[in-house]
Amino acid sequence: MNVLIQGATLPDGRRADLAIADGVFVEPAELGAPERTVDAAGLIALPGLVDLHTHLREPGFEQSETVLTGTRAAASGGYTAVFAMANTDPVQDTAGVVEQVQALGERAGYATVRPIGAVTVGLRGERLAEIGAMAASRARVRVFSDDGMCVHDPLLMRRALEYVKSFGGVVAQHAQDPRLTAGAQMNEGELSARLGLAGWPAVAEESIIARDVLLAEHVGARLHVCHVSTAGAVEVIRWAKARGIAVTAEATPHHLLLTEHEAEGYDPRYKVNPPLRAAEDVEALRAGLADGTIDIVATDHAPHPAEAKECAWPEAANGMVGLESALSVVQAAMVETGLLDWADVARVMSRTPARIGGLRGYGEAFAIGAPAHLALADPAARTTFSPASLHGRSGNSPYLGRELPGRVVHVFHGGVPTVADGELRPAPGDRESSEGAA
Amino acid sequence: MRHLLSTAELTRDEALTILDTAEDMADVSDREVKKLPTLRGRTVVNLFFEDSTRTRISFEVAAKRLSADVINFSAKGSSVSKGESLKDTAQTLQAMGADGVVIRHGASGAPHTLAHAGWIDAGVVNAGDGTHEHPTQALLDAFTIRRRLHGAASRGRDLDGVAVTIVGDILHSRVARSNIWLLTLLGARVRLVAPATLLPVGIAGWPVETGYDLDAAVDAGPEVLMMLRVQGERMGDAFFPGEREYAREWGLHPERLARLPATTMVMHPGPMNRGLEISAAAADSPASTVLDQVANGVSVRMAVLYHLLAGDSRGSALRGEEEP
Repeated sequence: MNVLIQGATLPDGRRADLAIADGVFVEPAELGAPERTVDAAGLIALPGLVDLHTHLREPGFEQSETVLTGTRAAASGGYTAVFAMANTDPVQDTAGVVEQVQALGERAGYATVRPIGAVTVGLRGERLAEIGAMAASRARVRVFSDDGMCVHDPLLMRRALEYVKSFGGVVAQHAQDPRLTAGAQMNEGELSARLGLAGWPAVAEESIIARDVLLAEHVGARLHVCHVSTAGAVEVIRWAKARGIAVTAEATPHHLLLTEHEAEGYDPRYKVNPPLRAAEDVEALRAGLADGTIDIVATDHAPHPAEAKECAWPEAANGMVGLESALSVVQAAMVETGLLDWADVARVMSRTPARIGGLRGYGEAFAIGAPAHLALADPAARTTFSPASLHGRSGNSPYLGRELPGRVVHVFHGGVPTVADGELRPAPGDRESSEGAA
Repeated sequence: MRHLLSTAELTRDEALTILDTAEDMADVSDREVKKLPTLRGRTVVNLFFEDSTRTRISFEVAAKRLSADVINFSAKGSSVSKGESLKDTAQTLQAMGADGVVIRHGASGAPHTLAHAGWIDAGVVNAGDGTHEHPTQALLDAFTIRRRLHGAASRGRDLDGVAVTIVGDILHSRVARSNIWLLTLLGARVRLVAPATLLPVGIAGWPVETGYDLDAAVDAGPEVLMMLRVQGERMGDAFFPGEREYAREWGLHPERLARLPATTMVMHPGPMNRGLEISAAAADSPASTVLDQVANGVSVRMAVLYHLLAGDSRGSALRGEEEP
């Protein structure tokens, strides 16, 4: 389909027309007669967003999410690529499973799905998974993570960091010392003491990151740190980068906006791993993302069925869905506070996560001849987030009932519209969809 | 008052009202016929997800003295042990028409969730949740302190300036938390003494003094020394090296007891580990309030149920007497 997008505001503030033909960007002058014209006046054009940290839950936890439903959520949030975490059942620790996830993504069609491989067999932290086989598989895995579990054995972590160097991979560490967080329920501090919820100390995260950056330096490997949540962790990473260590780091939208005080009502929608932290931590994360210490925003989209959250806090599952709300939350936390501009947003939510994950096609936004992955958002919109805002299978969003800025209006994945006029459009492989007309 | 979930939510007036009502209830308990018709036709469910015979019986006696119908719902051997969720249990109780639910749960915040998740209309009384709070225990402790200090002249009095030292596992103690908020609300000066491993991180902003030295706390001659129960499993988690060291450093052994002023009251929420946090000599001494606490627990729980369930909580607790 030939599409002409008229008068979009580019991330650098310029206004321009964009044209899509045969799935790639072309010069608007060379488009000829467009089959579809999109009036993008007042809309920000962003390169399709890339999430380095998504839980699609398939195979194994299809009651929470599937590749299809999770990529619907992704598209509705402006994403055109997601990296699917390995903690499925069976775990994504063999070539067979990662190829299956890759194939499910290709069939769904809402977004590019890039499987993440497990670092250790079954995420058990005992021996290395078949990392080379996953890298060489049709899924060509480049990111490896035991996310949900920390690779806490220092020797195993060292070996993993070294091993993935062979094919330019990266280990994404879930930094959480398991001994310091046994039974932990929320950020440790005055509030956890008052609420009687077992404390989750910042040091459990910071000590692992400190160890891992030193290991990465020692073996000359790349390290990626998942969902950084504490001020101390930002300091450690800032120190490591100043030292020249090849470390990248992500922050989630929720850690950029919400604080531990959400736990006061014992509403398990706010229970997440790592936990929501203190206001000082939120400030430090924002500053770190603004100054480049934190490289990217990643959602840690973690769907759970209703029953996993309709219970007492200590019995509830950790995690929140985040794909649908991420861009709005980043706008609220970073853009409206003046810490990032839209060019920075394009960098931290698209270009850099693609680079860390080894995903091609996101190097230069809207480059002629590049795949047409594109999101158009209306930053002036303000909407109250509701269940209708969610397009995955689970409703465990912490933002329900909250007013958030910005709205994703159009999304193109490889030139195919996945969102049009704010409505999800059924992807070619989506036979289950009841949303919108074909 | 709709629910009683935490002493941190009480105002000073509410707390004093409950304590004064409990004085009325204690008078009832001294009579030949220990019963009021106040909650006749009301149903109180004791929903106990953790075993606690003492607390459950105390609430049961309290509800029965107010003529409520009492249903004991214990998790063991019930649908709960077959995986039924708190939500389903709550909705079942709602369908049965429970007016009040007294809940004991191992998860901190479970009573809060029960009260606020929209599953039931009943008033909820927290009878101990995880390591969070046990508000009726704190109320009965405050009641006991006030009675020992002021006897028959207790009504209307607060605990202004009373020195209370709480000793032991503050970190895991719901009794300690509820007492800290309530006793300081009533004007008491609260001091916590424990090994550093059993004091929560982050309590610098709490309205209490903290220390590690029980001998110094004893020599300060507090009016109240409250010994907390030590849970056996804490040793396995390396909170302290062993029973002997704990008893020596943080137990109320006979020598420490002897150094206390005769007027100091020794409290313990029970059940006691004799020989560990409290010696037999201390537990059985005239200074001990342990049995008073148990007796007062019924009066205080009657007062709480009355204020939650009797409708007009401003009226006299005893007005039901006038009914035929």
